[in-house]
Amino acid sequence: MKSKRLWAIVLYFIFLAASLATGFKPGIQTGRNLLDFAYQIARVLPFAFVLIGLFEVWVPKKTVEKHLGTGSGIQGYIWAIVLAGPMVGGLYVALPMAVTLYKKGAGLGVILTFIGASSLCRIPMLIFEASFLGIPFSLARLIIAIPLVTVSSAFLGGVLEKRGYQPNMDL
Amino acid sequence: MIIFVSYYTLLYKGGGNVRMLAMLTGVCLFFSLVVDLSRTIQALRIALRRFTKLLGEFALLLVLVSLALTFVSPQRITEYMQGPGKLIGALIAAVVGSLTYVPGFIAYPLAGVLHQQGVPYFVLAAFVTTLMMVGVVTFPIEQRVLGAKVALVRNLLYFFLALLTSLAIGIIFKEIP
Repeated sequence: MKSKRLWAIVLYFIFLAASLATGFKPGIQTGRNLLDFAYQIARVLPFAFVLIGLFEVWVPKKTVEKHLGTGSGIQGYIWAIVLAGPMVGGLYVALPMAVTLYKKGAGLGVILTFIGASSLCRIPMLIFEASFLGIPFSLARLIIAIPLVTVSSAFLGGVLEKRGYQPNMDL
Repeated sequence: MIIFVSYYTLLYKGGGNVRMLAMLTGVCLFFSLVVDLSRTIQALRIALRRFTKLLGEFALLLVLVSLALTFVSPQRITEYMQGPGKLIGALIAAVVGSLTYVPGFIAYPLAGVLHQQGVPYFVLAAFVTTLMMVGVVTFPIEQRVLGAKVALVRNLLYFFLALLTSLAIGIIFKEIP
C-alpha cells in the first residue's frame, strides 16, 4: 500500500517533468495547479497544527473524562457538548465513549447528543475547518447544527425511553 | 517564535482568513510561551509529529487534486453550481459525505480548494456535516452500540439535520435566494 502510493507519486513527477520538457499543456497545467494548491495548504497548515498542538497540551483529555456522565437534565446535555470538544477521531472514538457514558447512567438523549456533538464540534477538527473554510463558516455551522442536534436527540431519546428501549452497548 | 513571525510575514499577502488564523495562533503561542515554556515546546513537538504523520496523505491529496483540476475546469464546476443545479449539488454532496469515510485532515483542504473553484458554502456544508455525522462505513460498529434500528434512525435523522444546516448556511451566506 505504502510503496504503491510512493510509486504513484514518483510516476506523477515523471509525468510533470516530461510535460515540461515536451510542452504538453495539460501536464503543465497540472504542475501549475500543484504549486497553487501546495501554496494554499502551506500557508494554513503550520498555524492549524500549532493550534492543535497547543490545544492538546493545555486541555488534557483525562481531566475531561472525569466529568463523563455527571449531571442530568439540561446539565447532562451541556456536558455532552463540552466533552465532545477535546476529542480526537470520529465515530470510532465517540462510540466507545458513548458506551462509557451509558454505563455511568447517562440517558439516551444525552448519549445521542454526545455522538452528534462529537462529530460537530471536535476542536482539533474545527481548527482545521476554520483554517480552510473561514471562521464565519465554522461558526455559522455550529450555531445552526448544535441546537438542531441537541433538540432532536433529546426528542428521539425521550421517545425511545418511553418505549423502554434498551440499547445493546456491546463494544 | 522568530520562525513563526518570519513565516507570517512571508505569507502576509494571504486573505483575511489566513491573517485571522495567523494572529490567533500567534496570540495563543505567545501566552503559552509566557506561562510555560516546556509545555509550549511539547505542543510544538505534537504539531510537528502530527504534521509529519500526515505528510504522505497530503502529498497524495496534492497529486490527485492537481490532476482533477486540470481535467475538470473551474468554469465547469461553476456552471454546475448555478441555478437549481446548486440544490441538487448539495444533495449529492450530502450523499457522498454519508457514504464515504474521509478524515477531516483531507476533507477540509479539499473543501477549501473546491470553494475557491466556485462551489458554494452550503454545498460544502452538506458534504462536511454528513461526512462527520452520518456514517455508512461506521454503521456496523454503531449498531453494536445503539442497536440496528436506532442506529438507522439516528443516521437518517442526522442526515436530515445536515441538510437543514446546509440550507440555513446557504441562506446566511446569501447563496440561496
